[in-house]
Amino acid sequence: MTEKQRYDKVFMETFNLDEKDLNDTLIYDQVSGWDSVGHMSMMAALETEFDIMMETEDIIDFSSYKKGLEILEKYGVHAGCPLPTA
Amino acid sequence: MPDVRFRRRKAEFKQAMTFYENLGRFGQAPAFILENGETLTYENIEASADDFGAHLKRGALTMILADNCAPSLIGYLGCLRSKCPVMLLARTIDDRLVASLIGLYRPNYIWLPEERAHVLSRCEKRYATGGYELLLNSDEAVSMHVELALLMSTSGSTGSPKFVRQSYGNIASNAASIVQSLDIRGEDRAITVLPMHYVYGLSVINSHLSMGAAVILTDASLMEKRFWNLMKSQRATSLSGVPYTFEVLKRLKWTRMDLPSLRMLTQAGGKLSAALVQEFASQCLAKGILFYVMYGAAEATARMAYLLPHLALTKPASIGMAIPGGEFWLEDDSGSVVTDPEVAGELVYKGSNVALGYAQCAEDLVLGDERGGILMTGDLAKRDNEGAYFIVGRKSRFVKIYGNRVNLEDVEALLHEANIECACAGIDDLLTIYVTDRAQVHLAVSFAQQVTGLPRKGFRAEHINRIPRNEAGKILYANLEGLSWTS
Repeated sequence: MTEKQRYDKVFMETFNLDEKDLNDTLIYDQVSGWDSVGHMSMMAALETEFDIMMETEDIIDFSSYKKGLEILEKYGVHAGCPLPTA
Repeated sequence: MPDVRFRRRKAEFKQAMTFYENLGRFGQAPAFILENGETLTYENIEASADDFGAHLKRGALTMILADNCAPSLIGYLGCLRSKCPVMLLARTIDDRLVASLIGLYRPNYIWLPEERAHVLSRCEKRYATGGYELLLNSDEAVSMHVELALLMSTSGSTGSPKFVRQSYGNIASNAASIVQSLDIRGEDRAITVLPMHYVYGLSVINSHLSMGAAVILTDASLMEKRFWNLMKSQRATSLSGVPYTFEVLKRLKWTRMDLPSLRMLTQAGGKLSAALVQEFASQCLAKGILFYVMYGAAEATARMAYLLPHLALTKPASIGMAIPGGEFWLEDDSGSVVTDPEVAGELVYKGSNVALGYAQCAEDLVLGDERGGILMTGDLAKRDNEGAYFIVGRKSRFVKIYGNRVNLEDVEALLHEANIECACAGIDDLLTIYVTDRAQVHLAVSFAQQVTGLPRKGFRAEHINRIPRNEAGKILYANLEGLSWTS
C-alpha cells in the first residue's frame, strides 16, 4: 500500500467514510464523527500507522484532510501530491 | 393553606447569594468575553436578560437549545430572573428529539438559533436577538412547582426524556459552595470547555457569575487552534474539564504550552485515573497552578466534593471531602451507617444542592421536593482515617458472571491499567469488552479472565473504532452495542 492509501485508510476507518468522501471539503467538525473525540482517535491511528509522534502544534493545526497531507510531509510521510505552485 | 416548610425554605434561599438576581452590582466588570473579542459587562447582561424576560408570560416554561454563546446564556439568566423555569438542551440535539420533548413537556417558549427555527415553522416569533429566536409554542399554562428553576438532562444530548428538577435554592447554593471550595475571585476568567447544557459546564458559569468574574465563551474544542489562541489572547485563568479533557491535555503536552495566566484546573464529571491525577498534580505544583479534583452529579445540581490540590499528590484516587454546606456518609446494604474507615458502602450526600427529583413529562413538573436534601448517589465509596472519600465502584453497573458479581467499572479500570483502551458492557454471564485496538481483542479477554479468575466463556471482546462519548466525554454505554457491526 502506498502512503497515500494508508493515509486514506485511516480516515475511512476512523470516520466510516467511503473513498469518494476523501477530498478538500473534508474538514474538522463538518463530517459526522470528526469532533474532538474523533480527532484524538485519528491522531492516534495516524501515529500508529506511520510510526510517528506528532507535535502539539500539528495536532491542533490538523484541521482538514488536505491540511493533514501537508502536515504529514514534515514527518517524512509523503501521502499527498505535490502542491501546485502559485 | 401555604406550606410552612416551603415558606421557611423560601426565606432561606432569599438570604443566600442568588447570583442571577445581583448581576448589576458588578457594573462594568466583564461578564462574558466573546470569541471576537467583544466584552459584555454585568450591566449589559442584566439589561439583556431583563429584555428577554419581559417577553415571557409569568410562570412560563422555556426550552433553550443552548450553546456556549451569549444569547443562550442571556435567555437562561432572563428565565431565572423572571422566575420562569427553563429546560436546557444541546444546540445540536436532533430535530426529532426536540419534537418529542416538546410533545412531552409542552414548553410555552423555545429559545433557539434561527437556523433551527424551521423545525417549528408553525410557531409565532416573539423576540429575536443575536441570531436566536424566541418562539411561542403554546399559550396553555403548565402547572409547575414554585421552586422549580431548571430542568437538566441526565444524558447529555441523547434525548432521554428524563430530566433532573433543580430549584432556585439548589442553583444558588451550589454556586456559592463552589466559589468557597475553589476560592473563585472577581479577577478570574474561566474559559468554557464544557457545554452549558451539561450541569458541570453550567456550574462553571454560575460560580463565576457569583463573584463578578468573567467567562470566556467558546464552542471550540481543545483540538482547535482557535481555542488556544483565545485562551492566550484573553488570558484565561481557569479551565474545567472532564477526564477526557485531561487525556487530551496530556496528549497535547500541555506543560510545554505557554499559558502564564492559567492559575486553576478543575476536573470532575467522572473518575480520572489515579496515575493521571498524580501526573497533573505534580505538573501543576511545579507550575504554580491549583489542580482540583471534584465529584458531582446532576442530582446534586452539579458538585458535591472537592480534593484540595496538595492532597491530589498523596491521595490521587480520592474525591476529597464534601463541599462547604454539604455532608457525606456511607450506608451498608441494610441502610445502616458505616462508621469504620476503609469499609465500603453507598455514598450518601446531604446538602441544599440536592435536586428536587426527576421529571419524565410535563405532569411531573408540579412535583415538589422528593428527596429532602438527601441523595443516595449509587456510588460505592470508602473513607480513610483522615476523612477523605474514595469512590470504589458503582452500585448498579455490574453483571453476574456465573454467579459472581463483577463490577464493570473495575474491569475497565484494570484493563486501562494494562494499557488496553476499552469500555465494558454486557449481560449476566457475558461481559463484552469493546476495544479500540484490533490487536488487543484476544489480549483483553485473557487479561479480564485472568484478573477476575472467572471462566473465559464469561468474556468476549469486540473491536470498535472508537469509544462513543457525549460532548462531555462521558462514555455512552447504550451506544456500544452494534458499533462493531459497522466497523
